[in-house]
Amino acid sequence: MNIFDNLILGFQTAATPENLLFCLAGVLLGTLVGVLPGLGVTATIAMLLPLTFQLGPTSALIMLAGIYYGAQYGGSTTAILINLPGESSSAVTAIDGYQMARKGRAGTALAVAALGSFFAGCVSTLLVAIFAPPLTTVALKFGPAEYFSLMLLGLVASIALAHGSILKALAMVVLGLLLGLVGTDVFTGSERFIFGVREFADGLSFVALAVGVFGVAEILRNLEDEKTRTVLQTKVSNLWPSKEDFRRMAGPVLRGTGIGSLLGILPGGGAILASFAAYTVEKRISKHPEEFGKGAIEGVAGPESANNAGAQTSFIPLLTLGIPANPVMALMVGAMIIQGITPGPGVAAEKPDLFWGLIASMWIGNLLLLLLNLPLIGLWVKMLTVPYYILFPIIMAFCSVGVYSVNGNAFDLYSICAFGLVGYLMLKLKCEPAPLLLGFVLGPMMEENLRRAMLISRGDPTTFLTRPISAGLLIATVLVLLVVLLPSIRKRREEVFQEED
Amino acid sequence: MKSLKFDLTDLLAGLMFIVFGLIFGLTSWFDLDMGTARRMGPGYFPLLLSGVLILLGLLIVAVSTRHEGEPIGAVAWRGMALILLAPVVFGVTVRGLGFGPSVFLCALIASFASVKMKPVKALILALCVALFSMAAFSYGLGLPYPRIGPWIPEPIANLVPNLSPAIAWVKGLFASAPPPPPPATGG
Repeated sequence: MNIFDNLILGFQTAATPENLLFCLAGVLLGTLVGVLPGLGVTATIAMLLPLTFQLGPTSALIMLAGIYYGAQYGGSTTAILINLPGESSSAVTAIDGYQMARKGRAGTALAVAALGSFFAGCVSTLLVAIFAPPLTTVALKFGPAEYFSLMLLGLVASIALAHGSILKALAMVVLGLLLGLVGTDVFTGSERFIFGVREFADGLSFVALAVGVFGVAEILRNLEDEKTRTVLQTKVSNLWPSKEDFRRMAGPVLRGTGIGSLLGILPGGGAILASFAAYTVEKRISKHPEEFGKGAIEGVAGPESANNAGAQTSFIPLLTLGIPANPVMALMVGAMIIQGITPGPGVAAEKPDLFWGLIASMWIGNLLLLLLNLPLIGLWVKMLTVPYYILFPIIMAFCSVGVYSVNGNAFDLYSICAFGLVGYLMLKLKCEPAPLLLGFVLGPMMEENLRRAMLISRGDPTTFLTRPISAGLLIATVLVLLVVLLPSIRKRREEVFQEED
Repeated sequence: MKSLKFDLTDLLAGLMFIVFGLIFGLTSWFDLDMGTARRMGPGYFPLLLSGVLILLGLLIVAVSTRHEGEPIGAVAWRGMALILLAPVVFGVTVRGLGFGPSVFLCALIASFASVKMKPVKALILALCVALFSMAAFSYGLGLPYPRIGPWIPEPIANLVPNLSPAIAWVKGLFASAPPPPPPATGG
């Protein structure tokens, strides 16, 4: 089968009325929750995740992907209109987008973000379709040693992009790995760390952990200081960019797409890096660098395209290797496992309709976003004016219903309470929860591959260094760690993360 | 004399990691089989990780004494008490009170987490959320939980109208609707 047959299969799967409906529902819900300030993309997806478990695997993943793009677009909307980026990847958009809005060009900024994202989405969907299958064949040759090294690289790389202290992020990863091991050991069947709690035998609930640590903890943080938000303007007009705007945004969109597609594949949350890199590049090559920070259209077009391209290509490691590149992908892995799918190179061969349907739905999702969000922008702006104290009781009720509906088990609800408390404590101690989630998902996989690799090598740990691919991945891991810890780069990194605060 | 300076957040974070490391490490050591490097037991990898976690915790504590940090800031005590209570109440009551009343309670409790919420508003909001949840999740998605549970005395439960025939009628309308036209491309 060539790529076109595959894509046709994908579109046939994704374009059934049922799946189209779920894609649409996902995009709408994602945007709806995504525009709520203070709730980032990961929190949005974590809280909407249980809703998808009532569906079949393909529909569920299509809907989740829709939620992802929707949430991301919603995040850009809040970044532009009220200078409150939900997620760090849209923090860059806030710099120039908000300035454009202050000059009365909010409509143009939103349209540029949507059009740039759509273009980037088209290109990167094609890239995923072209590069995912050959990578799958490479991935099938990976042994346990390679997988272990690859996961190590992924985890370390994700730290490089976390906020704040690197040591704390590392510790959060390790804690996540340990939490992932709670439950019955697959090799020996012995129970680990269950402390007499019968419900722990199947492992900690992934959904409860995600909802608690991301959703509930974020709500609590927002409740600390109940200020009234000021929405810049309630009327957004002049959506369509002028000819001059189009001329100015073409270059940044193209470059942003390139940068984003490339960086999105890297393990460790490429989307954030991509938008920062795109912004820096645009600022450097611009003829009017002084306009940046004062409402330059390039400063919105570049990062937004890069952001979306990166979001899409970060599906490549997930679909080919089964390894999540960022916390959102970790949520997708969790969803796949709950649906009974083992993420990894086998998915493309065993479930081609799911694999290609998901890819096709990325493009459809982007199209729906463009068709829906620009006309509906008035509605999203209205959403911004709904007071927070009305929103979170609704969110809490739906989260509770959603988590309960997964297993019909009240214990999962008590877990939300516990994880919410722990998550809030971690936020207060300035520990980012994203590495924890990545570790939690990768913990069991990492242990399994470590044990298998050691069994194959008869207990010789040098197997990780004598196998060339594994050695290369480990060297890359050490390099990333060194680079992140080097004083000069550390300083630069802190500056970059300063800008967004 | 130099005053003792340290970053409280970092110090506490480091201690938290050490405590977690100790819990997992000691449990692995005493309760689980280590195995050998070739044939690892269930305790091998966790013990390794616990060691790394304790080490990282110690490093974080060490670094925290080098600089002064920002204060921890406001803590959402009221929010914590009520928001965290809401899912628990839902879990405890969903079987007894039934789906609808349980969602109502959950939303009502969460409402009071904000100092800005007025009692009447909260009641109306919780009622709306409960009605919507009943319609969307119970009737619409067909979640298999009793809508009104056994804890509610029969006379009161009987006051709630049975909507099933009405829902079935609405669903029937959609089922008999003409199918959407085939795509124009004809593929």
